Amino acid sequence: MLAITPCPGRSLLTLAIYYLTFYFYLVNCYNKLVSVKKILKQLNIPAQCKKYGISLWQCPSFLFLIMGFIIIAASIIFYFLGMHYIDDPATVVFFVLILAALLFCLAYIITNSFENLVEASRMKTEFINIVSHQLRTPLSSLRWAIELLISGNLGKVGEGQEEYFRIIKENISRINNLISELLTISRIESARFPLREEFFSLVEVVKELIAEFEPFAKASNVEIKFNFEEKLPKAFADREKIKRTIENLLDNAIRYIGDKGKVEIKVLKKNKFIYFEIKDNGVGIPKKDQKYIFEKFFRSENALRYQTQGSGLGLYIARAIIEKSGGRIGFQSKEGKGTTFWFILPIKKETKAKSA
Amino acid sequence: MEKILFIEDESNLQKTLGSALGQEGYEVISALDGETGLRMAKEKKPDLILLDLILPRLHGLEVLKKLKEEEETKNIPVIVLTNLEGLTEIEKAIELGATTYLVKAQYSLEEIITKIKKTLTDNH
Repeated sequence: MLAITPCPGRSLLTLAIYYLTFYFYLVNCYNKLVSVKKILKQLNIPAQCKKYGISLWQCPSFLFLIMGFIIIAASIIFYFLGMHYIDDPATVVFFVLILAALLFCLAYIITNSFENLVEASRMKTEFINIVSHQLRTPLSSLRWAIELLISGNLGKVGEGQEEYFRIIKENISRINNLISELLTISRIESARFPLREEFFSLVEVVKELIAEFEPFAKASNVEIKFNFEEKLPKAFADREKIKRTIENLLDNAIRYIGDKGKVEIKVLKKNKFIYFEIKDNGVGIPKKDQKYIFEKFFRSENALRYQTQGSGLGLYIARAIIEKSGGRIGFQSKEGKGTTFWFILPIKKETKAKSA
Repeated sequence: MEKILFIEDESNLQKTLGSALGQEGYEVISALDGETGLRMAKEKKPDLILLDLILPRLHGLEVLKKLKEEEETKNIPVIVLTNLEGLTEIEKAIELGATTYLVKAQYSLEEIITKIKKTLTDNH
């Protein structure tokens, strides 16, 4: 009898339930859509989170997925509960409210984890700035002070002292290079790696470098040969960075020659590219190491590994520079016979406005 | 004797580069912060200014901007000598009228002195 009598309080509750169900249905649809999209886009969520360097329970994409599942599961459960087991809509509303509170908390955690990510990225940038400025300033002081001492202007450098000054100077420059390389890498990885592109002669760059390396090559008993095509079009890239790439390749070539040898450099035009090649008859790269050669911090287990210095960053940076400039880099190597590194840079039409 | 104003807050750098320049026959006057640097540029009329960017009291880029706004200092060549190597800073400094932008860590004393000499002869 009671069930048939219309009750105003009860119809209001029914309305509330319809409204809530509809609302959840909408939210549900939206979340499902977003979730599906997310799944399709980044199927491997744990890997994504690992990339950010945070745990799964702090990772927004993972938490979002969890929230999606909770919403879907809860809706289905309440639907069935409401249909078959719970007579009193007030109970359903009560549970739905609890669920809403739970979801609210989860959403708050997700927002928070986004903030963590932003904070981490900000700290990384700050760290780079601190390294670049705070560490480099004392290094510059050291470098200039030692150069001043070596120059002999403050008093004659005694015999036997010179060598030790040189050791200090060399090691300062090693630290300096390492800092530069680390900074470059962190820029490459945070995609803030700007190139100052301009037209320049690759041949000139190689000539400059050969002149700079002359003493080192002589001391290592290495002869450098340079062949180039006349009337080569100019390269369009970041001159300083390309110079550093070649410097790296040349340095490697001489360093890994061992006793005595020859380095041959070639620059020529190949189809729509400028082709650079550097060939040495050094110790070569063992076959098992060849696929890792462009990876950061990797140093080959070749015959000279322990007699030579290196951070294992040079080729990683070289590849990033060449690829960012629209080119490609590669090598062939045979253990004991030598190595040939090459890269290509696309030729761009030189316009008056650009070259100015 | 040509006068060089060296605005740099790191006194060790002041000393090394300052004394190297002294030996080259330049008169070096130094300022340890941006405000002092700006004041000295107006008072002493140097032939060239070496300017760091991260400076106490007044940022190097602000100093540069003010130097280029004033009639009496706007023709003095300014070499920015810093360890900041972001593209934005370089572009900003060149846009504001710096003659050259040098990253300290990348140059030896000798190279820096050569650049200073070149800037001074170009300006005469």
